[in-house]
Formats: sequence, structure tokens, C-alpha cells
Amino acid sequence: MAITFTLNGKAQTVDVSPEMPLLWVLRDTLNMTGTKFGCGMALCGACTVHINGEAIRSCITPISSVSGKKVTTIEGLSADGSHPVQQAWIEEDVPQCGYCQSGQIMSAVALLSKKANPTDADIDDFMSGNICRCGTYQRIRKAIHRAAAESGKAKSA
Amino acid sequence: MATASVVNRRDFLKAGASASAALVIGFYLPSSTFADTAEDQEKKPVNPFNAWVRITPDNQVTLILGKSEMGQGVMTSLPMILAEELCVDWKQVRIEQAPTNPAIYDHGTGGSGSIAGSWVPLRRVGAAAREMLVTAAAQHWNVNRDTCKPQNGGVLHGARKQFLTYGQLVEDAAKLPVPDLKTVPLKNSDDFTIVGHDHNRFEARAKSTGAAKFGIDSRPPGMLYAVIARCPVFGGTVAKFDATKTKAVPGVRDVVSIEPVGPGAFSAGGVAVLADNSWAAIQGRKVLDITWDEGPNATESSESLRQHFIENATKPGKVVRNDGDADAALASALKKVEAVYELPFAAHACMEPMNCTVHIRPDGAEAWVPTQGPQWAQDVIAGVSKLPHESVVVHTTLMGGGFGRRYHADFVMEAAQVAKATGKPVMVLWTREDDMQHDFYRPASYHHMQGAVDAQGHLAAWKHFQSSTSIAAVWDKNGQEKPEASEFATAAFIPYVTPNFRVEYVLAKSGVPRAWWRSVEHSSGGFVVETFVDELAAAAGADPLAFRLRLIGDARKIPDFTSPEGKPLDTTRLKNVLQLAAEKAGWGKPLPKGVARGIAGYYSFESYTAAVAEVSVKDGQVRVHRIVYAVDCGRPINPNGVAAQVESAAIYGLSAAMHDAITIDRGRVQQSNFNDYQMPRINETPKIEVHVVPSKEEPTGIGEPGLPVIAPAVCNAVFAATGKRLRRLPIRPEDLA
Repeated sequence: MAITFTLNGKAQTVDVSPEMPLLWVLRDTLNMTGTKFGCGMALCGACTVHINGEAIRSCITPISSVSGKKVTTIEGLSADGSHPVQQAWIEEDVPQCGYCQSGQIMSAVALLSKKANPTDADIDDFMSGNICRCGTYQRIRKAIHRAAAESGKAKSA
Repeated sequence: MATASVVNRRDFLKAGASASAALVIGFYLPSSTFADTAEDQEKKPVNPFNAWVRITPDNQVTLILGKSEMGQGVMTSLPMILAEELCVDWKQVRIEQAPTNPAIYDHGTGGSGSIAGSWVPLRRVGAAAREMLVTAAAQHWNVNRDTCKPQNGGVLHGARKQFLTYGQLVEDAAKLPVPDLKTVPLKNSDDFTIVGHDHNRFEARAKSTGAAKFGIDSRPPGMLYAVIARCPVFGGTVAKFDATKTKAVPGVRDVVSIEPVGPGAFSAGGVAVLADNSWAAIQGRKVLDITWDEGPNATESSESLRQHFIENATKPGKVVRNDGDADAALASALKKVEAVYELPFAAHACMEPMNCTVHIRPDGAEAWVPTQGPQWAQDVIAGVSKLPHESVVVHTTLMGGGFGRRYHADFVMEAAQVAKATGKPVMVLWTREDDMQHDFYRPASYHHMQGAVDAQGHLAAWKHFQSSTSIAAVWDKNGQEKPEASEFATAAFIPYVTPNFRVEYVLAKSGVPRAWWRSVEHSSGGFVVETFVDELAAAAGADPLAFRLRLIGDARKIPDFTSPEGKPLDTTRLKNVLQLAAEKAGWGKPLPKGVARGIAGYYSFESYTAAVAEVSVKDGQVRVHRIVYAVDCGRPINPNGVAAQVESAAIYGLSAAMHDAITIDRGRVQQSNFNDYQMPRINETPKIEVHVVPSKEEPTGIGEPGLPVIAPAVCNAVFAATGKRLRRLPIRPEDLA
């Protein structure tokens, strides 16, 4: 079944089974492997992408439900890693194995779009759906604060 | 480290362990069982420009990484060593994964041994390349070598103020004789500009943009995706299957059965469903009709294993160590403490589930493998394909976590079998459930501890009885030649002075696969030793820190009882980290009401770690507020990376202390995903401070040593807060009541 949606700003049509999760469409049909498979049950957040600006778990999102919507993946955040959250991740040296970090970054971007200056409690609350087995959480907190501060500076400049 | 005793590579699939597995995991494999392998032998010197350093005429410097990156940071720290001796600007450097070639590279990555094992060899290689470049420059200018100085990726001739880049020199340099690596001059460490300085991870950008390629991201043209149905009972096999419904699932291309493979690969066998995409393969597997032969392990349970432990504890164990007469000292002791400690199986739960991509053609094979043992993957694929090793190209990819799990080659065996059957490129993908239920688990263990303190507060006796599902028993031919070899390490040479020290062991039989989980035997040994010594401190009415320092006693070096080649435990360095962690944590200073501190210090992977945990307990829940570490891993190559590894080990250790337990029922794992195998999330993450001891000692391990001290520090803090002594992990609300 042909399904059309907007992927990282461009129209995209795929012809797949309607119940196939967005995760596998991205990874296997479109070979966009930045979005990761972790659990298949929306328990770990590794597959987080944005649909119409909201962070969702692509592993349980049937492709049929994405029809006509705007999907943003880690590849669509910036062409060159220049997004303030990505920059903060690099500056704070967040990633270790790095496997969960696409999902962490997509969640963090969604958090900052709702709360420009989150507290630690806000971060803990919003980000607790994303597991990092390397335990980079302390640096994730720092990086989100850094990204918030940098974005604030950019706005006031 | 281990006694050098390993398997002949050609016999590997039949016989047992791989060389590097035996070496990195640090346990003894009986030498009569195994022959030498290529990897274990000293590498023949190679021209550094053919193996380690590539410089193009435009002066782009590429350094080659011979180890595997799983998050531990070797893709940064190892090339830093090369770059330091080579005298290049770090910003100028690119890093590339080495091709799999055990004749040149010591690929095996584990045992927190990459830095320790590579420090001198990489310095020598970098220095040799530098010397060759300097000689080439001197010959070019026809001047004395001593007037030529390497710096910033080039050579400067001071008198003439001339500068040639390495890119201009490399063609001539590569043709020069390679200096003797044993005598090549190394830089004075006071002149280091890269080593010892904080560096961010080389691949941090790729890992922040989705560009980083993990094994699971491999996409050779024409690749099929496969998932495998494995018997849920360990050791079970396929009796019969019907794939009719599976083959009707859109996207499913093929169904093939694969045989289990024994020691070496330890793969389960099963039925593979191949499809155009992962989803179709998973859907196809759901409707496979399989009858299993559950085999001999179908009655094992966590409860039956516990009864087995308890029964074992009634028997005299095999004596692992015996100084003085612990039984007599305990019988006449003034203050005696006796306690039982229990730890469950634990899963690695790497965020990237196991996977492997293989293409076997008639004339050669190519594979993309997220592996800690690329040479082992190559062995397996060569064995299955019957191709010579040199025709098997193994690309080592980034790994979404390893923690010891990815040293195994079961998933490589499966992919090789399926690829051989189809002739097409195939990725064998594990789902989270597969990963949780077919891991090689941290052994479950049971410890009967007895200790005594005399009237002067000295340790009169220490007796440690352990029964566990040994790792070593998996590897030795009869399963019980020396099962204790993998189960004690530092627990058999504790730093606490006692005239009466006895260690006993009884192997517990289990069908559950087990292997090296982050920090291996230290994850249980650290918990048991460092909690039990806290119990003795409490019995003596002593401060836990002061008690430890007193019992450690005079400055001395305690030989590694379990491994003659291991570095001795230096009591001065252990005391130093205990005191440093205590000082930084404010040991003895007041805390808010309900919050208390606990301390632990341990020696593992030739490094010294101590941690002070601050916890509170409310409504049967432990909350960890702060952890202060002091670590001494010799010379820190990348202090920022050292801190990151310790922060990581803290969370991994907290996971086992607070949540993780794999339990068995009817021979199968009861947990399946992150809902029933939980781990700390950001909202549970305490403030973690890491104090790295500046040192010029030889660098030692840091990927794992942060772990063993966490559970005891937390549990000792819980005791300080509540008076409840926690002797089994994970912590359960009923143990706090």
C-alpha cells in the first residue's frame, strides 16, 4: 500500500504493509539507519523521531498512521551536526557507545521545544523514557542545559 | 593476566576457547587442553606505514585502530598514544578501523586490557614511524639527524629554518629500515602534549548525527534480514517444524534450519526466517510452527539452583587458598560474623541487540560484525565457509555496547550458517527478547562468609566459601578441571591482613550459559568482600573507613594469588583511593537527616577504585543521591575518557544493585524486555564525581574497575542509614523492611 508523508522536509512515498512500524520503514525500506531499534515495545526510546514536532516511538507507530504527516529523524535535525542540541552533545562528550543517542537527542530537542530552560527535574521527567546502558545520563543533563543556554544566547543576540 | 594457554585456531570450532578470550578474561585455562594461536604469539615487526600510520602527500594523517570500539573510548585513547609519539597535531588526525588480520593486530578487546596492553607497543610503533620520518628529512637535506626535530606533523631543520611535512617525507621514510622496536627512543613523558590531556571522543560527532555505523546498520546490496527461532530452553533443539504459514507472510523469502554448535561458538541453532525487511522476518517467525526437544535442562529453575547452592554449602569445598587455620580461629573467636551473600544471573543488555551480517561467495566471504573478537569472527566464518582465513574479510563495526557479551561468536556462527545456506548477504538480527533470553549471563553465586575480629580489633580469620555457575567450567573439557579459576580473583588475595585465611569452592551445575559480564568475577567478589568487611567493622564498633585502613596495614605488595603474571596489589595505592574518595565526599561530616554514607574500595584489572555513596531509604526504596569516586589506573591517557568510563560503570553497577536479575523457570529465562529487566533511567541517576589520581605508573584498566565498588558502597550506606544489612542483589523492598 502506497503511503505518502513528509520526511525531513521532503515528500516521501513508500509501498509497504500498512501495519509495518515507521522504524522499519526508515531503517530497512529507506536505509536511513540513524534511528535505532532497541526494544520494539516503546520501552527504551532508541527509535525516537518527531511526528509533527512531537517525540514518538517509531517502533510501535504503524506507517499507516504517518500518512500525510511530517516526520523528522536524527538525519533531518541538521545537515552537518550544527543543531544546538547536537553541538551540546559533542561539547559535553555525551556519547559512549552512542547507540541510544539519536533517540536521546530527538527527545531532548522535543523537550527544549516545550521548555526552553528546563530544570533537572524537568529533564529527568521528560527524558526517563530513554535508556542509556552506558549510563551517560549525567552528561545528558549537562548537555541539555548547555543547549538551552546556547539557544537562549542565540535568541537574545 | 592469564596464563598463556589457548586453543589452536584450526581446532577452535571443535575444541573450545579462543586465545584472546582466555587472555582478556584473565582466567586460567589448563595448558594441556589448548595449543598456541597466532594471536597469542608475539607479532612480527611490521613497517608502521603498512599497518598503523597512513600519511598522504597533502599531510593527512590516518591512524589505524586495532581494537574494537564499544563505547569504552579506545577509538580515541589508543590513537592518542600513536599521535603522541608520532608528533602530529591531534586535529590533523583521522582514525580508521584496522582490517582483521591477527598476524599484525592483537584484535581481542576486553578485560579492560586495551590501554594496558597497547601502551608500550603503540608508543614503539609511533616512535619508529617518527624516527623514519626524521631520518628521511635528514637525508633529504643531507644534514645530521640531530639537527632535525619532529613537530606538528613535520620535521624542522633548526639551522636552516626549513620545514618538511610528513606528507612530503612519507614516501622516502616508508622505504627506510624499521628501527628495532625494543630500542627505539620514546618521548620523555614530561613533553607529552596529547597523552594525559582531556580529549573528546573522536567519533562523538558521528554519534550525535546518526551517521555512525553500527553492525545493525550494515546494508550490503541485496541483503536479506533474518531472525531465528531458538529453543527457549537452554540446550534444547528443533524436533520438527512447519513453515507453511511463515512462507505465506508477505516479504518472507526463505526458511532454513541451522544446527547448534558446541564449545567455541556456543550457538543455539534453530530455524531462521529470511525476509526483505526485519519486520517481515519477525512476523514470519511468529507463525512458525515448531516442536522443540527441550533437552536435559528443562527442569532447572532459580529456586532449584538456590537449593543446589545451599546443599553445596553443607559440603567441604575444594580448598582454593589456606593460610593458617581459619576454622580453629573462628571456633575460638571473640567476635564472629557469619553471613550468606547471593547474586543472581545478570544480562548484558547491550542497547544494540546482537546482529551479524555475512556474505559467503564461492571465492570469498565478507562480514560486518559488531564484535570484541574480530579474529574469532573470522575463524568462525572461515570454518563454516571452508574458505582460507585470508579470503574472509571481516569489517569490525562500531558496537552499541559490548560489556563482554560481544566477545562471544554465537551470533556470528548463526549468520555464517544462514549465509552459507542462502549464498546471499544476510543480516541475522536479534530482537530484544532474543537478546535477553539467549545471553551468556554473569554467573549466579552463593557465598558463605565467616570472619572474626580479635580483642585488639585485628582480623583473626576470614573464610570465604563460594558455590557458583562458573565461567571457566564452560570452557574446560570436562567442565570441572578448575572451575574456581574464573570465580574469585581479588577475593582470593584480599588486602586485609589476617593470619587465618581460607577460600573454598564448589561448582554448581547449570544449563544456563554464562560469560564475562562487566568486571566479571569482581562484580560479585567486590560486593561480597567489601560488604562483609563492613559487617566486621560494625561488629568491631569501628568506623568503616578507619577499619579498612587499619586492616590493610603497612605498605606492601600483595601478589596476585590467582595469576602469577598479574601485577601485585599495592596497598599504598589502595589506601590512597580510599582516603581520596572519603576526603572528597566529606566522610564523617554531617549529612541531611535520613541520608547516610557507605564506602568500598577494590583492586581489579590492576587498577584501584574507591567509592563513597550517599543514600536515603524511604518507603522501601533506596535513593542514591551522590557517588564520589577516586580511581588510580596508572597514567591516565585521556582523563576525560577515564571519568566517562567510571560514570558508566557506576550506572551499570547500580543497575545490578538495584534492578537486574535474570531468573530461570523450566530451563528458560523469565525476563524478556526492558519492562521486566529494568535498569536505571535518568531520573534515578545520582550526582557522580570522579577524581582521577595523577600518576606516572604504567596505565591499567578502567572500563570495568568502576563497577565492583558500587553495590557494596550503596549497601553499606543503606546499613548506615537503616541498620539493615543487604546481602543479596538486587536490593528488594522486603530486605529493607
